[in-house]
Amino acid sequence: MVDKGIGARVPRKEDLRFITGRGRYTDDINQPGQVYAVFVRSPHAHARIKRIDKGPALAMPGVLAVLDGQDVAADGLGNLICGWLVKSKDGSPMKMGKHPLLAQEKVRYVGDRVAVVVAETREQAKDAAEALVVEYEELPAVVDLAHAHDAPALVHDEIPNNLCYDWELGDKAAVDAAFAKAHHVTKMELVNNRLVPNAMEPRAAIGHYDPGQDAYTLYLTSQNPHVHRLVISAFIGIAPEHKLRVVAPDVGGGFGSKIFIYGEECVVLWASKKVGGRPVKWVAERSESFLTDAHGRDHVTTAELALDKDGNFLALRVNTKANLGGYMSTFSSCIPTYLYATLLAGQYKTPAIYCDVQAYYTNTAPVDAYRGAGRPEASFLLETLVDQAAIEMGMDPAEIRRKNFIPKTAFPYQTPVALVYDTGDYEACLDEALRLVDYAGFPARRAESERRGKLRGIGISCYIEACGIAPSAVVGSLGAGVGLWESAKVRFTHTGKVQVLTGTHTHGQGHETTFSQLVAEKLGVPYEDVEVIHGDTEKTPVGMGTYGSRSLAVGGEAIVKACDKIIAKGKKIAAHLLEASEADIEFKDGKFTVAGTDKSKTIGEVVFAAYVPHNYPPGLEPGMEEGAFFDPPNFTFPAGTYVCEVEVDPQTGEVDIVKFVAVDDFGNVVNPLIVEGQVHGGLVQGIGQALLEGVRYDEGGQLLTGSYMDYCMPRADDVPSFEVHTSRGTACTSNSLGVKGCGEAGAIGAPAAVINAIRNAIGVRVEMPATPERVWRAIQASPLAKAAE
Amino acid sequence: MRVSMTVNGKAVSGEVEPRTLLVEFLRNQLGLTGTHVGCDTSQCGCCVVHVDGVSVKSCTMLAVQADGASVTTIEGLAQGGKLHPLQQAFHEHHGLQCGFCTPGMIMSAADLLQRNPDPTEHEVREWLEGNLCRCTGYHNIVKAILAAAQTMRGMAKAAE
Repeated sequence: MVDKGIGARVPRKEDLRFITGRGRYTDDINQPGQVYAVFVRSPHAHARIKRIDKGPALAMPGVLAVLDGQDVAADGLGNLICGWLVKSKDGSPMKMGKHPLLAQEKVRYVGDRVAVVVAETREQAKDAAEALVVEYEELPAVVDLAHAHDAPALVHDEIPNNLCYDWELGDKAAVDAAFAKAHHVTKMELVNNRLVPNAMEPRAAIGHYDPGQDAYTLYLTSQNPHVHRLVISAFIGIAPEHKLRVVAPDVGGGFGSKIFIYGEECVVLWASKKVGGRPVKWVAERSESFLTDAHGRDHVTTAELALDKDGNFLALRVNTKANLGGYMSTFSSCIPTYLYATLLAGQYKTPAIYCDVQAYYTNTAPVDAYRGAGRPEASFLLETLVDQAAIEMGMDPAEIRRKNFIPKTAFPYQTPVALVYDTGDYEACLDEALRLVDYAGFPARRAESERRGKLRGIGISCYIEACGIAPSAVVGSLGAGVGLWESAKVRFTHTGKVQVLTGTHTHGQGHETTFSQLVAEKLGVPYEDVEVIHGDTEKTPVGMGTYGSRSLAVGGEAIVKACDKIIAKGKKIAAHLLEASEADIEFKDGKFTVAGTDKSKTIGEVVFAAYVPHNYPPGLEPGMEEGAFFDPPNFTFPAGTYVCEVEVDPQTGEVDIVKFVAVDDFGNVVNPLIVEGQVHGGLVQGIGQALLEGVRYDEGGQLLTGSYMDYCMPRADDVPSFEVHTSRGTACTSNSLGVKGCGEAGAIGAPAAVINAIRNAIGVRVEMPATPERVWRAIQASPLAKAAE
Repeated sequence: MRVSMTVNGKAVSGEVEPRTLLVEFLRNQLGLTGTHVGCDTSQCGCCVVHVDGVSVKSCTMLAVQADGASVTTIEGLAQGGKLHPLQQAFHEHHGLQCGFCTPGMIMSAADLLQRNPDPTEHEVREWLEGNLCRCTGYHNIVKAILAAAQTMRGMAKAAE
């Protein structure tokens, strides 16, 4: 066992720069001759642009350029894209409204980009942006998702009923037949509230055109710099791919919102050429983040569960309306479809499932992946529905779940909604969670709360997730425009130090540490001798980036494959040096040994021989640097049980989370310290969705929750400390590491646990966010309150 | 307008506009980019520094208001090449992920511990109300601050 290898709780090597203030985020970078961009944004949710008068803005001090949609069109730049083609039930492709870099003819949400002002200083650019004259003809706005179909206004004039697609998955006939003979049907209407991702670092970019090289560099806040390079080159057409370098330096959180190719980052790159090649910097203010970062969730759903008389699930029927906002974002089409409906089996052996989804445009900010992306929506729906069914059937919520779990002997398991789960042991997680929370002791705790005038409730959520979206051929057949493999390069230096170049990107996940542990384990080199390099298209191999908890399961496995190639080559060299047959060489703990002897060479000696090949196998290439790509055979399927215990103050409706237990099966774990941290963060985002967060637009499409004064982020005193356990793992079979991914679990599993606990406490279900006002009103209307009267 | 102040023990001065915020002066003129800007409504706390020993949101103070003051930023917290106990504890207890809120968190916590060397978990959580973190769920931040408090109490006792 290597020191600081796989399984060790190693504190992160990237910490030092962050705790001393020496991180290097995009806004920390300044370049000679740098100028500043400020965007002029639509104050209307829906309007026709009648006239733009650049004159007054251009006359302001320090202004270098004012650019609008007509300039974008004149330069022939392409539109922003959605990279996943979803087809409707009738086989027709989704209807994609044009999404220009700067608005042309119409604006479609408050905050839509109308023009950019570039000036010598940020203050000058801001002042000039105020001076730009834009005349609008206001149009009626579509804001309410539930009525988008029949709204009098069309977000995109050419798209009838604002309907982008009407998609389905599953066997409708089988589901209808099962419902027809059901003993009981549990039916629910639910809303999955719209959220703002709110990475603490706002988006930022510095675009630079170098006329000498005729080449472009873009520094930006990205989770996937190569994807940015690809789209900006192939679809927007600002620069050919080999002449465009994209660098995502330290990035202050993403949660999905920094996957996407937005207009602003493209515009500053283009604008740099317009101002003679001076670097153009843009940094979003938080209010711009609220208005324009792709939001998450926003579903309205009807769900029905059919049961037999013993509480066995017979079938599930789901209809969801999903909000796309004013335009499609980079991956927005696949979130409420392939990353949502495919998860509706959850942990259960429900034999028949049917889901159809209508996705609508509205005059609101675009909606796309946010931590979990489709999977939290599926999990919330299923776990609140199952809970409701337990109540209606008079069953214990833990037992109805246990009864319907896919048994651990049934893996691999084909669900009725396309996925094949490779491994899992759902009962083990449930049992452990119930033990840790002391489920049996709950009635006594409830009685104790009652004596203090509080309502205590307990809620269970058994979530499943699908991570590491793959394989490429399958996702391609479902409409994905890209492959979803990952890449790595492992490079030794003369002196035996190792550089690991990865196509993934770390923005809080701790790849520099985890990947170093991996390489230390595989190659037997000291952890300290491994340097992980990422985030620069000029340095790293082409990679697809970090999202969907894929970095270790897909990117880590690519690193393992590169290490395997290093070892294979090392064996040839060692055999030569040791005058033995290659087949007799064994590699372990950093040493190549002739089997059954004490003759050996360290990996350092072998590497040195590869770079100074004076005594070297004839015909073998010198050097020790190997690359690998990995395209997984399947998704990975983390799963677990979360149990939340709340105390509700019936006088105020305030919900206090008094206990929260999370038991996750992430397969094998490389660094438990980091994995637990990922769960903590996800849990609080899930609790935020359940209790605090929710985007509100008014009827005219004005964002009412546009700042931290109005949008309630979870603060330290809103949440408890957690009990997190990841020890009940079943190894994943889709990668040699046996890992599944842990980044999104908390956000997926937590909302239902919280909402179920509140229902258990007060006797009625409350929509998210369960604010004190909503809870108090629900208590007033609940049978418990009526009984007390 | 000309402002002069002591930043991390060094005398500095510069020309600013009346509207220049202290955080802009620190970041743009002094190149101290460890202090971050995460919002525009004084809620997130990414910009917390100490002004005359007291934690302040530097996005909510004009540079001219700090004229003549002594300012400490995250870059000035480690002394003599040795990490401050809070920095050490954030590292050991994984109290940071993306690192963006971290400087403000540490500077805010440093002020808490000089006011209250032995806070309860509840007191730590209440104190952090003005500092947002989206990555950690606060669990390990709270743990790190409580651990640093213990270390610092030990150091204070040893110095007696």
